[in-house]
Amino acid sequence: MNTQLTQPQESKRDFLKIVLGGGLVAWAGTVLYPIFAYLKPPIQPEVEVSSVKAGKLADIQKDSGTIIKFGSKPVILVRSAKDELRAFDATCTHLDCTVQYSKEKGMIWCACHNGTYDLTGRNVGGPPPRPLEEYRVITQGEEVLISKKS
Amino acid sequence: MKQLFKKLYALIDERVQLEDLVQFLGKKYVPIHRHSIWYYFGGVSLFLFIIQVITGILLLLYYKGSEEIAFESIQFITSKVEFGWLIRSMHSWAANLFVLAAMIHMFSVYFEKSYRKPREITWLTGMLMFFLALGFGFSGYLLPWNELAFFATKVGTDIAGVVPVIGEPILMFLRAGENVTGATLSRFFGFHVAVFPGIFTVLLGIHLILVQRQGMSEPPGLEHHPEKERKTMPFFPNFLLRDLLLWLIVLNILAILAVFFPWELGKKADAFASAPAGIKPEWYFLFTFQTLKYLPSQLWIVDGEVLGIMAFGFAGMLWTLVPFWDRKSSRGEQNRFINYLGIFAVLYIIVLTILGWLS
Repeated sequence: MNTQLTQPQESKRDFLKIVLGGGLVAWAGTVLYPIFAYLKPPIQPEVEVSSVKAGKLADIQKDSGTIIKFGSKPVILVRSAKDELRAFDATCTHLDCTVQYSKEKGMIWCACHNGTYDLTGRNVGGPPPRPLEEYRVITQGEEVLISKKS
Repeated sequence: MKQLFKKLYALIDERVQLEDLVQFLGKKYVPIHRHSIWYYFGGVSLFLFIIQVITGILLLLYYKGSEEIAFESIQFITSKVEFGWLIRSMHSWAANLFVLAAMIHMFSVYFEKSYRKPREITWLTGMLMFFLALGFGFSGYLLPWNELAFFATKVGTDIAGVVPVIGEPILMFLRAGENVTGATLSRFFGFHVAVFPGIFTVLLGIHLILVQRQGMSEPPGLEHHPEKERKTMPFFPNFLLRDLLLWLIVLNILAILAVFFPWELGKKADAFASAPAGIKPEWYFLFTFQTLKYLPSQLWIVDGEVLGIMAFGFAGMLWTLVPFWDRKSSRGEQNRFINYLGIFAVLYIIVLTILGWLS
């Protein structure tokens, strides 16, 4: 077989290579794109929550912490031994666990990797890299309300 | 009866030439030396994988993979279905023993440098199967939808999310959203019973074919011995029978563990509860977990956990690619560095696992 190709033959071959190669890439793209798009979870619209009722003041003990449902997020409401009410995002800034109030430590504590935050939400011990986001606590008569700080 | 078998054999042999296979198996020999015992752990891993497939399929007949009823369906299996408690307990215990056996197999192959040329692909498929085994463990752990599993999944997927650039899309892909929800459970269920077993089976096929075709690797020191001094044992039936005997022993150990230490179910997951005190991952993730605890929040300008996770990722990659950078062993030269590195890895894992266990 003659392996020597003339100039026009060679350019014809190159052209075909590009067309077929390009076609192959386009074909792969049309097959793969829907699959990857399918794997990406659709964003579900969430009801924007600006404040929630956390309960009656009398029901919240001193020196304790409770997890409150704030939309789809957990928020921790702490009533300190000094009778101060504060609320923070309950999601640990380290690796996403949910924190709790530790009576012995008098601090907010994460059981997963032993991270601690003081009662202003500041990360003071263990691996957490950032402080907890603070929420506003309002007492209206007996009712305790938690809202986002804007 | 014997006549019937002979006839049946002849019938099949005529069509697919079984004789060739029997000839091949008959010619396969297993080297005997003082490290021969380690050859058995690959077989043990295989056996435990088979157990996982069988018990897994049985569980699948009653398990319901949804946020509302997953926990209850496991309760149903363990309390109402006859021997359901046994099947579930065996599946959980065999999962742990499988990781352990695979780990021993991996380290023995590493220390004997059996990964060196021409067995690089065998090592690679083995390593990929090991990572898949961890994936099986991680995804299966969530399926009962209990408190521990919920937080383990939060932490585990968040770790993936920490990786720069690609982390965020991976996290979204794994969780099927920003948070760990019922959508995550569905996804993990799919990985656990369809995606991973499919990939694993292909890798296992390649791995086993290569082991049969290339034969067992001999430790480097032994290769210099003269042919006459080397002892071997026929694979079929001698080695295979020993294999089977060991499988029987493993099955007994598994039964004892499953019966006397039934796997707990714990409390149902609640997205609005704090992580319980004393929460820990499975033992094979303990050393990474403990390391993450020790890392300070900031190292230089990077978050401690980012650095830790990247370091583990890098170490895992180096380990997986060892046949390609350990050129010395492939040339038949001694490479002490490999031994020191292996010993360091083993000691690190053991010490941090114990510390994690005690903490």
